[in-house]
Amino acid sequence: MNNRGKAIESPAATTPVQRVLGLALMFLCFGLSPAAFSSQAEPENTDIVAFSSEQLRRRYLELVQELRCPKCQNQNLADSNSMIAEDLRNEVYRQLEEGKSDREIVTYLVERYGDFVHYRPPLKAATLALWVLPGLFLCALLLVPLLLLRRQRRNGPAPLSGHEREQLDTLLRDLKE
Amino acid sequence: MKRLKLFIPLFACLVLGGFFYNFLVTGKDPSAMPSALLDKPVPAFNLPALGQDNEAAQAFLDESIFQGRASLLNIWATWCAACHIEHPFLNRLAEQGVRIVGVSYRDDPGQARTWLEKGGNPYVANVMDFYGRLGVDLGVFGAPETYLVDAGGIIRHRHIGVLNAEVWRRDFAPRFAELNAGEAL
Repeated sequence: MNNRGKAIESPAATTPVQRVLGLALMFLCFGLSPAAFSSQAEPENTDIVAFSSEQLRRRYLELVQELRCPKCQNQNLADSNSMIAEDLRNEVYRQLEEGKSDREIVTYLVERYGDFVHYRPPLKAATLALWVLPGLFLCALLLVPLLLLRRQRRNGPAPLSGHEREQLDTLLRDLKE
Repeated sequence: MKRLKLFIPLFACLVLGGFFYNFLVTGKDPSAMPSALLDKPVPAFNLPALGQDNEAAQAFLDESIFQGRASLLNIWATWCAACHIEHPFLNRLAEQGVRIVGVSYRDDPGQARTWLEKGGNPYVANVMDFYGRLGVDLGVFGAPETYLVDAGGIIRHRHIGVLNAEVWRRDFAPRFAELNAGEAL
């Protein structure tokens, strides 16, 4: 690694730690960008439904945001115009008006379409990776720079070679003049 | 140690390549979801049959139609382009003696009748699911979809999309033969 030697010539050069940190920052920025929340966008469908109470309306909007369209897998029920999404929205509406609880409605759909239909699947063997992997990635992102930093600190700066010492002397002399 | 680190990108590429290869070669559709109803009975329903004319449409069908013999449950509609592709193969299956129960999914009964008159009728009966309620109970994504139902009315397999000769040979024929053999005993 002669990167360290070069650092004197170009102060802008980055250390591995800075690079990893930069990368981590970049990923964080992507994660927090509005694009990541696109599923929260305004519902596209134009169903006209009359709710018997404002509370039911709010629960309906919450449910159709949280439930996933089986046909068009990157959309929720609210976003999708597909026929099946329309049917499922009607079903949610019907059951809400029947006085079913949110949980009962979600269970009803999960029994038919599988865990997949819910954007928040339950934690079990098949979905373990889904829940654990992001945490692991985050840990790795935090751990790697820390380890690098510690190693750098323990090793201290590498001793200068004869050539580097000469360069340093010239620089220092230039500064004084 | 440093040498080994140089192999990390290669290793990562191989792992990724393995995933891609797996999906490319096996032709698995990652969006295909297993039915939540697998090994469960066909949901209860009581819906009008698609009859020869409007008067005959008064007859009602329920889940007991699946009792007694292994059958296919085929979701179809005249508005579904892929169903047009699938239809000739269903006719062939029916000729070979496969019992197919149709579900006319969110369709106009008149148009559905015309279709069967023109394109041939492979179905022993057709359930008219005008509002798609049976579809929701089955966990249907869209048409066409085909379920293999055993003689006890239990769903044994589900196929999303067109049922063709290849899918039949690969996914249905072995299971169907097994079900029929079980009955004979």
